[in-house]
Amino acid sequence: MTPHDRFPAMRRLILKGAGSVALAGLGVISFRPTTAFAAANDKYPEDAFQQKDEREAIKLLYGRTAEPSDKVKLDAPEIAENGAVVPIAVTTTLTDVTSVSFLVPENPNVLAAYYKIPPGTMPNVANRLKMAKTSDVIVIVEAGGKLYSATKEVKVTVGGCGG
Amino acid sequence: MASTIRVRAITNGEITEVQTLIQHPMDSGFIKGENGELTPAHFIRELTFEHDGRIVFVADWGTAVSKDPYVKFSFKGGNKGGDLKVSWIDNKGKTDATIVKIQ
Repeated sequence: MTPHDRFPAMRRLILKGAGSVALAGLGVISFRPTTAFAAANDKYPEDAFQQKDEREAIKLLYGRTAEPSDKVKLDAPEIAENGAVVPIAVTTTLTDVTSVSFLVPENPNVLAAYYKIPPGTMPNVANRLKMAKTSDVIVIVEAGGKLYSATKEVKVTVGGCGG
Repeated sequence: MASTIRVRAITNGEITEVQTLIQHPMDSGFIKGENGELTPAHFIRELTFEHDGRIVFVADWGTAVSKDPYVKFSFKGGNKGGDLKVSWIDNKGKTDATIVKIQ
């Protein structure tokens, strides 16, 4: 069983348990499992997508920090003439990958996309992102419960936050 | 109405490669329209792929995904003629879904 299988279910069970105890003990009080990180359950990580700082976004998404790894290959252009459509892809030789996320620190909201990788799905993702201006692009690969990153600067000639 | 989703899923017997293109404005909420006012954010939040009743890929998107978004991924398994279900929901609660045959 991989961590991806185990932890979300366990957390949900624990949280459900805590929720019913709270309800039983205190009557009807709305209970929000705010301690659960977005990456650990199936919900859309709304808070992480609203962050202006990449460290905050990563913290909200995963609850830990990433370390650079040469096993993560970020494919992005040196120069993007049109910031509205920048092709960006990741491949990795890491195993037990459970998620991949792309961040653009100079964008108004730094988190661009977060992909859940169930067991059996390859840890290779290609997509197209908007870049407001020249910026690093950060990809984070979550593998075996740890975070690995790769970063590349993309020079943007014409910014395209709106597309 | 024609589907907003165009998917091509091709298997080589072991791995199925999935390419998807969706028609959607993906408005970020940071850009002024022709009337000089900010166009409200309108973007796909979640895009889900299912095969054989199993979720094989989920994309959670913010406002920085390009207009008419494109995404490519691949998964192990997936037989020729098998179904791949693709569905999305945006921040206004609009949805679309389609089922394609794996080629």
